[in-house]
Amino acid sequence: MAELFHRKIERTAIGFVLAIIAAASVGGIIEIAPLFTIDETVEEAPDMRPYTPLELAGRNVYMREGCYACHSQMIRTLRDDVDRYGPYSLAVESRYDHPMLWGSKRTGPDLARIGGKYSDIWHVAHLTNPRDVVPQSNMPSYPWLARTSLRTDDLGLHLAAQQLIGVPYTDEMIANAARDALGQALPDSDYAAGVQERYGDEAQISAFDGVTTELTEMDALVAYLQVLGTLTDAAYENTVAPEEAPNAEDLAAGPATTSGGR
Amino acid sequence: MMVSQLTRGERQGSILIAAAVALCGLALAIAGRNDPLGVHGAFVLVGSVALIAFLLSRLDSPEPDVSRRPSEYYDDPIKVGIALSMIWAVFGMFVGVWVAAELAWPSLNFNTAWLSFGRLRPAHTTGVIFGFGGNALIATSFHVVQRTSRARLAGQISPWFVLLGYNLFCFLAVTGYLMGLTQSKEYAEPEWYADLWLVVVWVTYFVLYLRTIARRKEPHIYVANWYFMAFIVVVAILHIVNNLAIPVSLGHAWSYPIWSGVQDAMVQWWYGHNAVAFFLTAGFLGMMYYYLPKRAERPIFSYRLSILSFWGITFFYMWAGSHHLHYTALPHWVQTLGMTFSIMLLVPSWASAGNAILTLNGAWHKVRDDATLRFMFVAAVFYGLSTFEGSFLAIRPVNSLSHYTDWTVGHVHAGALGWVALITFGSIYTLVPSLWKRERMYSAALVEVHFWLALIGTLIYVFAMWNSGIVQGLMWRTYTESGTLAYSFLDSLVAMYPYYIARTLGGFLFLLGAIVGCYNIWMTVRASPAAAETALKDLPDARWAEGTATTPAE
Repeated sequence: MAELFHRKIERTAIGFVLAIIAAASVGGIIEIAPLFTIDETVEEAPDMRPYTPLELAGRNVYMREGCYACHSQMIRTLRDDVDRYGPYSLAVESRYDHPMLWGSKRTGPDLARIGGKYSDIWHVAHLTNPRDVVPQSNMPSYPWLARTSLRTDDLGLHLAAQQLIGVPYTDEMIANAARDALGQALPDSDYAAGVQERYGDEAQISAFDGVTTELTEMDALVAYLQVLGTLTDAAYENTVAPEEAPNAEDLAAGPATTSGGR
Repeated sequence: MMVSQLTRGERQGSILIAAAVALCGLALAIAGRNDPLGVHGAFVLVGSVALIAFLLSRLDSPEPDVSRRPSEYYDDPIKVGIALSMIWAVFGMFVGVWVAAELAWPSLNFNTAWLSFGRLRPAHTTGVIFGFGGNALIATSFHVVQRTSRARLAGQISPWFVLLGYNLFCFLAVTGYLMGLTQSKEYAEPEWYADLWLVVVWVTYFVLYLRTIARRKEPHIYVANWYFMAFIVVVAILHIVNNLAIPVSLGHAWSYPIWSGVQDAMVQWWYGHNAVAFFLTAGFLGMMYYYLPKRAERPIFSYRLSILSFWGITFFYMWAGSHHLHYTALPHWVQTLGMTFSIMLLVPSWASAGNAILTLNGAWHKVRDDATLRFMFVAAVFYGLSTFEGSFLAIRPVNSLSHYTDWTVGHVHAGALGWVALITFGSIYTLVPSLWKRERMYSAALVEVHFWLALIGTLIYVFAMWNSGIVQGLMWRTYTESGTLAYSFLDSLVAMYPYYIARTLGGFLFLLGAIVGCYNIWMTVRASPAAAETALKDLPDARWAEGTATTPAE
């Protein structure tokens, strides 16, 4: 019977195509659509702020250089992930990330909570030549970042595009985007105060690459790395204990302690 | 060759289309003059103006006899498609070997932006998946749909538009990465204007394919075409949904996807896993269902298994993407659904692999003697192995070990080298002599050499990555007796170096095989044509004398 039915539909191309579309649509609709409607999918985090223009520009450098190919930004709910990298990642932490950079491969370590773990100067040295600070590293060196000045004239357009797709940038933030980018990397300038006014006191003002005469891509990338994991405190509150890795019974039982595993 | 089959009117039509593309390029070049977008605009402009100049120079060359068209197949675009596919294969595999070497010897990027791993890696994946695989799929689908429908392609210009337009997309993608243009969505990195262009090309492909099938002289649509149709239709859906984005401005190449965070992750891996399903599986199963029985001269083992596996793959695969997100911030219920369907996927996958292998019953002596058929047999075996591995890795606790490690990379390459590339080489070696009306490939010995280079290269690669992935995963989760992590991340990286060198060697052998293949194909094309009688059988009106090979056994 079923075979007879199939003999029929394989006589009409349009009918066959419609059957393919029907069969192929079900899974995606059932798994994706509810992620937009079920409230529990993304946690509440009232303290969450969007990236500053400089951090956003740094994020774009991170994408441009393909950092996501070797670094994840998603700490799993596994004990060893949590012990190594910090509290597991929550959905809300990437809610303003267009696109998300969760990654799929750790040739290098996870970066979801890298912010504040190393000094600016360490990042600059590491990005310029990783083997100067980590001799066994296989990370590429990025010496051109500190030599390339950052394009800021279009940062307002970047923020406006993000506003259009739901990131809570105000019109004031958009209007001041280029100035704020400059101010965040020039602590002594007149523009610095505006950054914390618009993005909160926690926003870091620093001469990220150590040079205050020019705004470079290195400034932007370091500003981005230093903010990772610090946009909200939600992950440090009200989260359940991580799961044991499946082979944990072989291992010494003991309380999960944060070690210098990195 | 390109224009000899076109009438004067068709040549003029082609010039108009190329002029329209040139105008788009000009618009991009002007709007993006302060941005890498302008460079791409200039590329498009220069490329299409060169095409116009070429067409104008041939405008008055002899016209074809239009009345003979219905009784002849249209094979020129297929020939160019195979050449492009092999060129992309060498390019993509070379870049792959290079980036593999960079992981072992990082100074190989020579402190140059476009040579660094992060920019070259998508050039490798796009080069092999879309350049090599995509061109092979377009070329073989044009061949298979004509032969199984016994009808000529339903268009003179559109096959060229699809083929050249698709290669323009690949070119914009790869040059974009080198300039630093990427959406950073894996396997969907090209920016908005390239994505839009691909939609235009793909809709043309879809219409051309359906119209050709509508011309068929057989009542039923052959199973290979089911897969090619699923490939074309579903890839369109995936591509459009995953790439919805807002450009910074019409003068910027950079854009921001409309999806964010957890929803973006789910959409991305719904896309990513089904790019595996409908690009790297369905399309190549279409190839297998035609060229394997053809070469073995045996009918497909079971029609019912074909139906079961086709609809199983079409339905189950679309649920499986969330297994890329185990233990992440994706809700648990979606992870569980993804795992469940990934395991069920094993049934239709093994139905396909089994159907292919059982088709070889009665032809095992040919598998032994004929490296071309052996390519396809080993491909079916790797298809079975890597789909089993895929279901296994999708089980949550297994995934806790394998995820983020080289095991995933090994799994992907077991599929991409062992299945996709081997079935493609087997199909191309079947197709090239018949397409160029030659008796056989220039050298059977070189096909044999290619086979062993490819097989040994794949095995070295996959074993290296299995080892490194499992070592890495175990080191990350090992605790000391006092309950602290036993190894730093750096310890696990240092342990990887020997495997990274081994994988570079495996990839290099595989690349070498592809170069041997190119030489062999080139020499076959250069040889003088075989006697006309072999060519006569390959016409739409000729019943395939022994053509029962592609009709299923009951």
